[in-house]
Amino acid sequence: MFVTTLIAGLVLGGTYALVAMGLTLQYGISRIMNLAYGETIIAASFLAYALSASFNINPLVSLVLAAPLGFIFSYLIYGLMLRPLVARSKTAVALEIDSILATFGLLFVIQGVMLVMFGGNYISYTYMNFGVDILGASVAANRLLALVLALAIGGGLYLLLTYTLWGTALRAVAVAPGVAPLVGIDANRAVRLAFALGGALAACGGVVISMYQTFTATTGVVFTMKALIVVIMGGVGNLLGALSAGLILGLVETFVATYVSPGLTLAAVYLIFLGILLWRPSGLFGRARR
Amino acid sequence: MKRVAAAAGLIALVAALAAAPAFLDAYGLGLMMGLAGYVTLATAWALFSGPTGYISLATVAFVGVGAYCVAALNEVLPYPLVLLIAAGIGLAVALVVGLSTLRLSGVYFVIFTFGLAELVRQLVTFYEINVTGTLGRYIFLDITPQQIYWQLLALGIVTMLLRWWIGRSRIGLALKVIGDDEVVASHVGIDIARTKLALFAISAVIMTLVGVIQAPRWTYVEPAIVFNPTVSFLTLIMALLGGATRLWGPLLGAVPLFLLFEWLSANFPNHYSILLGLLFILIVFALPKGVLSFIEQTWGKARDTDGSGARS
Repeated sequence: MFVTTLIAGLVLGGTYALVAMGLTLQYGISRIMNLAYGETIIAASFLAYALSASFNINPLVSLVLAAPLGFIFSYLIYGLMLRPLVARSKTAVALEIDSILATFGLLFVIQGVMLVMFGGNYISYTYMNFGVDILGASVAANRLLALVLALAIGGGLYLLLTYTLWGTALRAVAVAPGVAPLVGIDANRAVRLAFALGGALAACGGVVISMYQTFTATTGVVFTMKALIVVIMGGVGNLLGALSAGLILGLVETFVATYVSPGLTLAAVYLIFLGILLWRPSGLFGRARR
Repeated sequence: MKRVAAAAGLIALVAALAAAPAFLDAYGLGLMMGLAGYVTLATAWALFSGPTGYISLATVAFVGVGAYCVAALNEVLPYPLVLLIAAGIGLAVALVVGLSTLRLSGVYFVIFTFGLAELVRQLVTFYEINVTGTLGRYIFLDITPQQIYWQLLALGIVTMLLRWWIGRSRIGLALKVIGDDEVVASHVGIDIARTKLALFAISAVIMTLVGVIQAPRWTYVEPAIVFNPTVSFLTLIMALLGGATRLWGPLLGAVPLFLLFEWLSANFPNHYSILLGLLFILIVFALPKGVLSFIEQTWGKARDTDGSGARS
C-alpha cells in the first residue's frame, strides 16, 4: 500500500514537475503569466488520444509529434498575440495585467475548440496497462513510463539550459532582461524561444498525462493552477525548484487522496500554497527579492 | 442647476426600472433580472479591482457561496437571517484570501483567486458527500421573480452609491494613490494592505448577496451549477469593456455584453465559449482602458485641433 502510494505520488509529481518547468520558463524568462497553459497541455492529451483511437498510433510517437507542435503553436501565439502587448506596455505590472487578461481569453477559445471537437466527456485510452512488480507492489507500466519520461525530459532540459551557450543566454535574460542585450543577447528572440519551449514542455506533459489519467476538455484549468503553485513554490524561473516542488506536490496529493480523502486533494494543495505565501513568498528555493 | 437635473434624471430612471416588471412578460423579466445581477456584479468587481488594479477571478466563488447558503439553510431559517449568515461567510472567505495575498504582488492574488471557485466547489462537494450524504439540494422559497428583481435592483443601486461615495471619500483618495504608486502611498502614511482588504471584503460581500438573491431562481442547486467559472469571466469582461476605473463603466459594459451573450447562447450554444474568448482578446487589444476612456479620447482629439488636450 505504502510503496504503491509512494510510486503513484512520484509519477504524479514527476508530471507536475514537467509541466511546471514549462510554465516557469514562460513566466520566469518571457514574463508572461499564461493562464491558457493548462489548455495547451490538454490539447496535447487530446492529440495523443485521437491518434491512438483512430490510427492506433503509439503515444510515444505522439510525444515526438506533440513537442514540435506545441513549440510552433506557442511560438505563433507569442508572436501574434503577446508580442504586441509586450511592445505596448510600459511597465512590468501593465504587461502582467495585459498578459493575464489576453491569455484568459485564449483559455476560453482553446477550451471551446476542444469542446466542439471532442465534447465534454471523460476521455482515456489504454496503453501499457499491465502491472510491474516493484518492491512487492504492483505498479502499472504506463505510470512507470510516465515517470521515466517526465524525469528524462525535465532532466534533459535542465542540462540544456545549464551547459549550453544558448541555455546560458536564456538564463541571462531571466536574471537581467535589461542587461542581457549589452552582452550581445537578442532578448526578444530569447524570450520568444523560452515561451515556445515552455509550450513544447506543456505538450510533452499533456501526452504523458494522457497515458495514465482520464481527462476532459475542461481539466486544463486545474493543471494551470497546480503548475502555477509549483512554480511559486520552487521560485519563479528556477528549474530545479520546480522539479522538487512538483514532486512534493504530487506526493502530498497522492497521500492525502489515499489516507485522508480523494475529495480533499485540492484543499491540501491550497493549504501548501497558503503556507508558502505566508512563510516564503519568493519560493522554497528562491532568495528574497525586492 | 445641472446637478439638480442630473439627480432628477437618475431618480426618474430608477423609478422607471422599479416599475418595469409591470410592463414585462416572464421572458422580459428574466432578462432584466439577469441584467441587474450582472450590472451589480461588474460594479462590485470594479469597486475593488478598478482602483487597485488587482484582477480578481473569484467572483463565482462568492456568488456560489451565497447561493449554496440559501440552498442549505432555506428550510430551517427565515430568509433575512440567511442573507446575514451568507454575507458573514462571504466576508470570512474574503478576509482569509485577502489577508494571505494582498500584501504580496498582484500575481499571487490572481493565481489564488483563479483556483478559489474550484477549491470551494470541491470542499462543498466533499462536505455534502461525506457529512450530509446528499449532493444537490432543492430551494422552495416563497419569493416571486418581481421580488428578486427589486432586490437585485436595490443592491445594484446601493453598490453604485457606494462606489460614488468611496470615490469622493478619504479612502477613495488613498486608493487612487495606491493605484498610481504604492511606494508613494506607503510613504504618505496610507495603510495599503488594510485599504485593499477593506475594499476586497466589501466587494466580496456584495457578490455573495447577489448569489443569495438569485438563488430562488434555481429550484435545484448543486456545486457544479452554482460554481460555474463562466460567471467570473463574464463579470470581468463586462467591467473591462466599460472601464473599471469609471463609475458608470461597468454598467455601460454589462448592458450590451449581457444582451450579446444572451443572443450568442441562444443562437450559437456550441461555439459560445470560443466567441466569448475571441471577444475578450479583442477587447484587451482594442480597448485596454474601456469604452468610456476610448470615447473621451477620440472626442477630446476631435475637439482640440492642436491635440494638446488629448492626454494618453
